[in-house]
Amino acid sequence: MSLLITGGLVVDPSQNLTAARDVLIAEGKIIALEPPGRLLPEGRQIIAAQGLVVTCGLIDMHVHLREPGEEYKETIASGTRAAAQGGFTAVAAMPNTKPVNDNATTTRFILERAKLTASARVYPVAAVTVGSQGQALAEYADLKGAGAVALSDDGRPVMNALLMRRALEYARTFDLPIISHAEDLHLRADGVMHEGVVSVCLGLKGIPAAAEEVMVSREVALAQLTGARLHIAHVSTAGSVEIIRRAKAAGIPVTAETAPHYFSLTDEAVEGYNTNAKVNPPLRTATDVAAIKAGLADGTLDAIASDHAPHSSLEKDLEFAAAAFGLIGLETSLGLSLKLVHDGHLTLSQLIAKMSTNPARILGVEGGTLTPGAPADLTIIDLQREWQVEVNSFASKSRNCPFQGWRLKGQAVYTILGGKVVWQA
Amino acid sequence: MAYQRKDLLGIEDLSAEEIQLILDTADSLKEISTRSIKKVPTLRGKTVVTLFYEPSTRTRMSFEIAAKRLSADTVNLTVAASSAVKGETLADTAHNLEAMQPDLLIIRHQASGAPHFLARRLRCGVVNAGDGLHEHPTQALLDLLTVREAKGRLSGLKVAIIGDIAHSRVARSNIRAFTKMGSEVTVAGPATMLPPYLATMGVKMVYSLEEAVRGADVIMMLRLQLERMGQWFFPTLREYSATFGLALRHLALAKEDVIIMHPGPINRGVEISPEVADGPYSVILEQVTNGVAVRMAVLLLHIGGGEKS
Repeated sequence: MSLLITGGLVVDPSQNLTAARDVLIAEGKIIALEPPGRLLPEGRQIIAAQGLVVTCGLIDMHVHLREPGEEYKETIASGTRAAAQGGFTAVAAMPNTKPVNDNATTTRFILERAKLTASARVYPVAAVTVGSQGQALAEYADLKGAGAVALSDDGRPVMNALLMRRALEYARTFDLPIISHAEDLHLRADGVMHEGVVSVCLGLKGIPAAAEEVMVSREVALAQLTGARLHIAHVSTAGSVEIIRRAKAAGIPVTAETAPHYFSLTDEAVEGYNTNAKVNPPLRTATDVAAIKAGLADGTLDAIASDHAPHSSLEKDLEFAAAAFGLIGLETSLGLSLKLVHDGHLTLSQLIAKMSTNPARILGVEGGTLTPGAPADLTIIDLQREWQVEVNSFASKSRNCPFQGWRLKGQAVYTILGGKVVWQA
Repeated sequence: MAYQRKDLLGIEDLSAEEIQLILDTADSLKEISTRSIKKVPTLRGKTVVTLFYEPSTRTRMSFEIAAKRLSADTVNLTVAASSAVKGETLADTAHNLEAMQPDLLIIRHQASGAPHFLARRLRCGVVNAGDGLHEHPTQALLDLLTVREAKGRLSGLKVAIIGDIAHSRVARSNIRAFTKMGSEVTVAGPATMLPPYLATMGVKMVYSLEEAVRGADVIMMLRLQLERMGQWFFPTLREYSATFGLALRHLALAKEDVIIMHPGPINRGVEISPEVADGPYSVILEQVTNGVAVRMAVLLLHIGGGEKS
C-alpha cells in the first residue's frame, strides 16, 4: 500500500527545495514529489499535512544507546523509541558500551539487536583504539565490513598524537571518518564543570575552555597532515568554533557538530549543584553560546547532535563531583533547535541540513534526502505546536534531562521510517 | 529580627543582618564557657549528629563542645574514606541517620555541594562544616567574631587573605563574609592558586604578599596543602615560604594594630613563621575559642526554637 502525504511544506536541503509538495511513498521508498493535487489519492493511505513541514528523517549522529552492557540506562529498543518520538529516523551509536564496540562481533550484535528491536536506523560507530584505551588500533577493515560507519573513542580521547595520526591515516584507507571527542585529559584533570565565575563560586573544579581548544587545534593539524576525514564532536567553546572556521577556510577536511545544550544553556545551569547539568564538555558561558549560534549560522558547525547520554539515578542522584557526565537529548533536540529558527538564527532548511542532510553526508549513509528512490524516512513537524518538557513522558529509560518543565515550540508529529509511521504525536 | 533558617549551607545565603544576629548571639553565649560549670540546659533533649567525611580536629571538637555546653546530646560519625567501598551512598547514609530522629545534622564532606544535596532531602536541619572547595561558614563567622572583638567593627577594614585561594573553602566563605560586612578584601598568592574569576566576588587580587599586607588591618594566612606541590602549583616549599610565607618583617607594612589569623592547622615555617604565629599580633587561639561560641550560637538559633518563647 502506498502512502501520500498531502499539502505540507516540503523542506529538503539536499535538493535545495522549500516548497508545497505532495509526497508519494511506496515499498519503503520515496516515489515522487509533486506540486499539490497532481498525485491522485485513490487507493492510497493519506496523511494530511496542511500547515505542517514535511522533511527528511532527522539523523542524530551522536547518541549513546548503552546496549550491550548498561541496559538499565537504555536499550537499543528504548533509545530508538526515544529517537522516533523526537523525530529521528536514524542514530549513530557511540562505541562506549560494555564491552566497547571495538570488534566486528559487537558491531554485528548491535545491528542484530537493532533489526529485532529498533524504531530507528542504528549506525554503529566503532572504537578508534582497542577498548578505547588509546594503546592499539582497532581492526577498521573488519569493523567496516560488519557495518560500522565511523570511528570514535568518544569520552576517552586518544591522547597520543602519533597514534591519532596513524588512526586517521589508517581510517582514510577505508574512507571512515574519525569523530574526535576533543579534550586534553591532562588539562581537564579532575574538573567537573566549566572553569569560570560559576565554578569558582560553587567551589567546583573547572574544565577550562582550553582543554577542548588545544585538542581541536591538534586534530585540525593532524587532519591537515593526513588528509583524513575528521569530525569534531560536541563543540562547546567560542575558541573551538574559531579554530574550525579557520581550518575550513584553509581547505582542511574537517566537519563539526554541536549539541542543543551548548546553545540553550550556560554554566549557570549548574547552580544548586544540579547534576543533570553535568555534562562533558561542560556547559559554557553566554559568550560561547553566542559563538556556537554564529558557527551554526555561518556553516562552521555542520551538524546538531544530541549526545544523548542516559544515566540512571544511581549515577546522577549523588553529590556533584561523584555524579556521571551526560544528559539525554533525543526527545528535546528538535524542540530546542527549532528555537534557532523561530529566533531567526537559522532558516528551516539550514536546520534540517544540520539535523539530517549533513549528518548523512558526514557518515556516508543513506537518508538526509527526499529524492525519489531514497528510503522513505521522513519527519513531519508542526512548527507552531507548543509543548512542555515532561521527562516522565519520555520513551528513554533515563530521566537525566536539564530541560524538565521548559516550554518549547515545534514538535515532530509524525516520524516515518521506511514508509511506516513509527511515531505519531 | 528572627532567624528562620532550616539549614546553614554557606555565607553566600546569609544577609548582613543574619550574620550580625549570629555574632551577637555568640557574644552573649561566650560567657558560659568561662564558668566553672560550663553548661546550660538550653538544648536538653536535642540530638546533634556530626557526620564527617574528612578528617577534622578543631571543627568537629568545637561543634561537639558547643553542643555539650548547651546540653544537647551529640553523636559523632566519622566516615572513613573507604566506606564508599561498602556501597552506601551519601543519600542513604543521611536517610538512615534521619530515621533516628536527630534535630540537626552537621556535615563535612570532600564534595562541594554535599550539604546542599542533603538539605534538599532531609527534614532536619543541615549545617555545613566544610564542603570541598566551596564554603566553611562557621569558620568565617568565628573569624568575623574575632575581628569584631579586636577592632570593634567589621566595616571599613582592610583584610588580606594569603595563600591557596583556589582550593580554600575558608577563603571563599571569608571573602563573602567580609565583603558583606563592608570590608575590603585583598587576596594574594601565586597565580596558580588565584583563579582570575575571583575578581567577580568583589576582591582585589595581587601576586605579592607585600602588596597585600600593606596597610592591612587583618592578615589571614591559609594553610598550604602540601600535596599541591606534586600538582605543580608551586615548585618547592623553600620558594613558597620565601615568597608567600608571612614573617615578622612583613608586619611593618601593615597597620600598627594589625591582627594575624590562621584557620589551622598551621604548617609552622611554611606559610607563617613561628615568631608571627606565636607573637603578640596573633589571634589564632582566640579564633579557636570563638569557634565554640559561634557554633553554640548556630546550634541555638537552629534548634533552640522551643526555648525562645
